[in-house]
Amino acid sequence: MRKMIVKDFTITNRLGIHARPAALLAKAASRFSSDIRVMKDGLEINGKSIMGIMMLAAAQGNTITIRAAGSDEKAAILALEELLENKFGED
Amino acid sequence: MGASHGIAEGKAYLLARKKTKFSKRYVAQEHVDKEIRRVQEALEKSKADLRKIKETLTHEDVHEHLFILDSHLMILEDPMLVDSVSEIITLERKNAEWALLTAFDNLKRVFNGSENEYLRERKSDFDYLCNWILKHLAGRGEESLQHINDKVVLVSHYLSPAETAQMDREKVIGFVTDLGGKTSHTAILARAMKIPAVVGAEKATQEINAGDRIILDGIEGLVVVNPTRETLDHYRNRKVQYGNLERDLLKARDLPAETLEGKRIQLTANIEMVEEANSVLEYGAEGIGLYRTEFLCLSQGRIPCEEEHFQVYRSVVERVAPYPVNIRTFDFGSDKSPDIASLRQERNPALGLRSIRYCLREPEIFKDQLRAILRASHYGKLRILFPMVSGLSELEKAKAIYEEAKEEVREKGQPYDPNVEIGIMVEVPSAALIADVLAKEVDFFSVGTNDLIQYCMAIDRVNKEVAYLYEPLHPSILRILKFVVEAGHAAGIRVGMCGEMASDLRYLFVLLGFGFDQLSMVSSMIPWVKRIIRSSRHEEAKSLVEMLLATKHGKENEMTLSTWIQEKYPDLSDAVLCGYPGSLGSSRKGISDYSGEPSDDLHERKAVPACFRVRSKGLCKGD
Repeated sequence: MRKMIVKDFTITNRLGIHARPAALLAKAASRFSSDIRVMKDGLEINGKSIMGIMMLAAAQGNTITIRAAGSDEKAAILALEELLENKFGED
Repeated sequence: MGASHGIAEGKAYLLARKKTKFSKRYVAQEHVDKEIRRVQEALEKSKADLRKIKETLTHEDVHEHLFILDSHLMILEDPMLVDSVSEIITLERKNAEWALLTAFDNLKRVFNGSENEYLRERKSDFDYLCNWILKHLAGRGEESLQHINDKVVLVSHYLSPAETAQMDREKVIGFVTDLGGKTSHTAILARAMKIPAVVGAEKATQEINAGDRIILDGIEGLVVVNPTRETLDHYRNRKVQYGNLERDLLKARDLPAETLEGKRIQLTANIEMVEEANSVLEYGAEGIGLYRTEFLCLSQGRIPCEEEHFQVYRSVVERVAPYPVNIRTFDFGSDKSPDIASLRQERNPALGLRSIRYCLREPEIFKDQLRAILRASHYGKLRILFPMVSGLSELEKAKAIYEEAKEEVREKGQPYDPNVEIGIMVEVPSAALIADVLAKEVDFFSVGTNDLIQYCMAIDRVNKEVAYLYEPLHPSILRILKFVVEAGHAAGIRVGMCGEMASDLRYLFVLLGFGFDQLSMVSSMIPWVKRIIRSSRHEEAKSLVEMLLATKHGKENEMTLSTWIQEKYPDLSDAVLCGYPGSLGSSRKGISDYSGEPSDDLHERKAVPACFRVRSKGLCKGD
């Protein structure tokens, strides 16, 4: 079986994933070599693309799924998790 | 209104603001590659533009703009953008412009579906970028100011901060815009770059033709179109005088603000935007006496998160270090309320849920700000200033929330200065009258005269019908000021003033006489105030105050003060009484056309009471 980590997250910051959080997420994801995908309501995008993330239009209370596959997948998920849990430094 | 001091004279250059037109057409198979290349090139040019602007802004250290430019740049760099446009060109055979528009429309549609209003609004980011790329596709690029070869006065309906930041000071010697306010980022950048500017002139682009000779007076906020010889000479003189004077004044920048007997006064700046922090030290300010944080929310239309607060405060504190910054917590009020705040329509907002009252009602918002301030305290010297405190219980509540914030910062292990000083604005009469009680609970006072006078005299100061009652020298105000300063000093704390009265040169002697320790004002006034302090005597100012306290009318005091200044300081009286450089209620705006009637402006000035509005001579001659 191909190794990967999949985890669900609920968006908690009040303003949702607007330009700034999207930029932060994409920047963070780009630091890792793993393939990172983000899914919401059947839409799947590249987690390293700011436009992709913005297109998810994830608002407060929405759930997104992040999937990381590669040598540094664990660190990648942890880094993204931290951003999301800290509400991107907002609220 | 004048947005950036200085006088500029030159030819008008009208910036045309056309909408980008383009055609929608299908392209043949053999042209697909060419269309994709066009998109790529336009994208590269747009990216280069943004990077260049970003560099300029880094240079100016404009933190707030950098962030939004960063995300815009990331969007342009995102392979997804070029891929999706290329796909539309290839599959649907649309030309580059049409494909670009389709790609952005698809993006925006996703946001339209969002229930979150804030996310829906993000469409404007895409519109902005799409237009930018479209302009490059049309071969025009963002209307560049680079084409300007002569020295010109730029006339435009509006100017973006990015455009302002790009101005070549050698070519754009001044600008006037129809739109915009004094506190817009464009105006702030103009001041930082020392380009004379008049903003909010409403009809400038209609009244001024390309090539018209223009005099722009950023001090008075006037634009003179096709001036007569006489007016031209007048302004040329004035420009030279102003330049000499400013150089002269700035020479004293590093000298202390002390009276002839050696009494020191700390002169600090009032700021609203982080960008202003740069010019503060240039004017010789010893720190920032009032940082109005609510403008951070007003410019963004929402209350920023702790992290955003922190970044901005840190940036201000670092720029001004080692001097201190007094950060005033949110002072949302009737005239400056963020849309997002739950401020309801009130019948009497000046007396309503505002300022510290609002913060105590919304402790989480308040605590976000306090945590951010505490975290920023690690990077320089700052003090916290609570506005509009009306009595002890409000102060106690505010301090309790502050302690909670401190605890939270400590628990997170974030560095902060545990000895941040706390002060209050003394601007509500009830607080002023118990200044002796409050002085024991805080580290400093800052008197806000605008509100203090308004509340004390029971007048709405924006209501023209009662504006005549606004008398800073009214005996009641003088008594209050005396009491507050004495109460503060008795408790061993510093007493400062950050209201408009502090930057009004006439009242300077009065404030000196009362014994204020710190005066805070718009930074460009500091050299003037310092100059006067350095030639005055504290003892004389004290007897002036005694004299004023003995009279019964505010109006009478104004006359007494003018006479006193003329007698005691004849060298300074012209400059002081004129309030040079136009800080005294210089509220003119719009355009004066002097092509017909010569020198209306000069006549008008002679018509106003001689003691307050005559043209400055003494100081201008460089005495």
